Amino acid sequence: MDKFTTLTAIAAPLLRINIDTDAIIPSREMKRVSKEGLGEGLFAAWRYTEPGSRNENPDFILNQEPYRQAQILLAGTNFGCGSSREHAAWALAEWGIRAIIAPSFGTIFYANCVRNGILPAVLPEGRVQALAALVAEDPKNNQINIDLEKKIITTPDQLTNTFDIAPSDQEMLMEGLDTIAVTMKRDDEILAFQAQDRLKRPWIYL
Amino acid sequence: MGQTIIEKLWEAHSIADLGDGNQLIYIDRVFFHERTGSIALQGLEAAGRTVRNPEQVFGCMDHIVDTIPGRTDDTMVPGGSAFITTTRKAAHAAGVNLFDLGDDRQGIVHVVSPEQGIALPGLTLVCPDSHTCTQGALGALAWGIGSTECEHAMATKTLAVKKPKTMRVRFTGQPGYGVTAKDMILHLIGRHTASGGVGYAIEFAGEAVRALPMEARFTLCNMAVEFGAWSCIIAPDQTTYAYLAGRPYAPKGHTWEQALAYWQTLPSDDDASFDKETVIDCSALVPQVTWGTSPQHETGIDGIVPDPADEPDTNHRQSIERALEYMDLEPGTQLAGLPIDSAFIGSCTNSRLSDLRNAAAILKGHKVADGIKAICVPGSGQVKKAAEAEGLDKIFTAAGFEWREPGCSMCFYAGGDNLGLGKRTVSSTNRNFENRQGPGTKTHLASPTTVAASAIKGCLTDVRTLEP
Ligand code: SF4
Repeated sequence: MDKFTTLTAIAAPLLRINIDTDAIIPSREMKRVSKEGLGEGLFAAWRYTEPGSRNENPDFILNQEPYRQAQILLAGTNFGCGSSREHAAWALAEWGIRAIIAPSFGTIFYANCVRNGILPAVLPEGRVQALAALVAEDPKNNQINIDLEKKIITTPDQLTNTFDIAPSDQEMLMEGLDTIAVTMKRDDEILAFQAQDRLKRPWIYL
Repeated sequence: MGQTIIEKLWEAHSIADLGDGNQLIYIDRVFFHERTGSIALQGLEAAGRTVRNPEQVFGCMDHIVDTIPGRTDDTMVPGGSAFITTTRKAAHAAGVNLFDLGDDRQGIVHVVSPEQGIALPGLTLVCPDSHTCTQGALGALAWGIGSTECEHAMATKTLAVKKPKTMRVRFTGQPGYGVTAKDMILHLIGRHTASGGVGYAIEFAGEAVRALPMEARFTLCNMAVEFGAWSCIIAPDQTTYAYLAGRPYAPKGHTWEQALAYWQTLPSDDDASFDKETVIDCSALVPQVTWGTSPQHETGIDGIVPDPADEPDTNHRQSIERALEYMDLEPGTQLAGLPIDSAFIGSCTNSRLSDLRNAAAILKGHKVADGIKAICVPGSGQVKKAAEAEGLDKIFTAAGFEWREPGCSMCFYAGGDNLGLGKRTVSSTNRNFENRQGPGTKTHLASPTTVAASAIKGCLTDVRTLEP
């Protein structure tokens, strides 16, 4: 997984509320048993003119310059709600998105982002809207800077926004950690817990 | 101070404090299905890792498999059979349990797990599927995860989880005829929005919940994720124990007594406090139906399509405008009487025996209206068998419904089977998202009885006008 430390990039505003993971990647675009090859299906129902086609809809923001180069999404409340499909995070990452700034996220989607090198940053709705307005003025020059270590998002007018992230999530993103390897360092504790639990709750163990 | 049931289960499964509210949580059971589990099992194998306790891991074929009678590994979903064969191979190699095609226990994971007594009160249970919260109805802490977390849970028997805030939603009063658990949960989401539960583990309580039979409790909990909740739970009681007794994987004899004694300690203490409390009065509730593209876009069946101009919040106004455009609806339109093209009864929300019985009671002696495509998909092989034993299949087919094999079926569209692209459908499922049931398909969510009544009339119908 790619490490995330700092990023300065074009941001694309997609401020609809409740954008669900079916919209981020429709089921019909999840064609293979694979984490790869999903970028093409990202937002397929909005990005292309007909289902299954690859004719771009010029009205969709990610089909427009310079948003085609966007690495940051500015999104509405509850972004990534709905289905747990990690394909949504894989598709965004493959397309090139490294960070999403929104007032809130679907819980499973949030965890999936962190595990795939995408920073989900929570800012109040008013701040996300202000960022979107600023970006829209001149998307190419009004790039957004994110510093994950300092937990700040800076705009070209030097306005600084701080965001919160759990230390373990922050570390996972910054170090690009393999979470299973991290947990296995506690294997003794896990096995000790299990041994005790077997006595306490024998009916659990089939 | 006392503890909530959520706190009790959290504490009982805590292995280590990871700082800042994150905890390493012991996971009792892992479920998977062929769409997301296939990738998790493949990932483990590729990393040279093994499943720690394969006997505690269960898989179902449900998402990609066809539901037409005579089905095989080939599916109408393009590339779909690879999901089935990969899952089968990886599951066998890992030594985990699999309810495969041809096994009469096969079905939708959230129907099968309780039915087999695999989900139990007091357990932690995860599955790479967002509707895992369904199983919270038994008093388990059950939540949906991604494929990467599923690999983690299978390999380590744990997950790192941020402690959720707690909310109690009390449903009070007694709902009237035609008002079901589906209507209760739709109403909650309509009132408090699809993000009203974000960050919370929710206990559903109150006399209207206590009065619900077990299967209706699954329906209620199923849609907690549409409310944005991390998970939800109903404290176990006599209804729970009566449901579980004798199920294949449930404890028996002495261990049942041991388990029961523990389960009885789980309900929230009287003096426990929640971060948030909400009350929903069910006595005045009417059957609900959605008109838009989010579960929060809903109202009573006696209601009208709202006017976005009446919505003060810009975001919500835009969301309504867009929904009406997609749904091809005008503000002020009466919902009852809106013509439909198709009707679907199935999904992990509403495909259990009682759902089918209730729908059949409406359908008996009637036929679906001309031109309506109507399909019923039982949630599992066990549901199907039990329904056929009491002749429900005959009622459905006599009314003009197709009677299918168990699976997720048309709850979503993966490129194959569908209810008519661009068509208007009334559906007992849980998601009315744009294109969820097919490109352009306009979904109206409702209870199975409302779906049955609407199929007969050919339009959205108040089931109370059609007494069985
Ligand atoms: S029935 Fe629908 S919501 Fe339920 S698990 Fe299957 S696809 Fe998901």
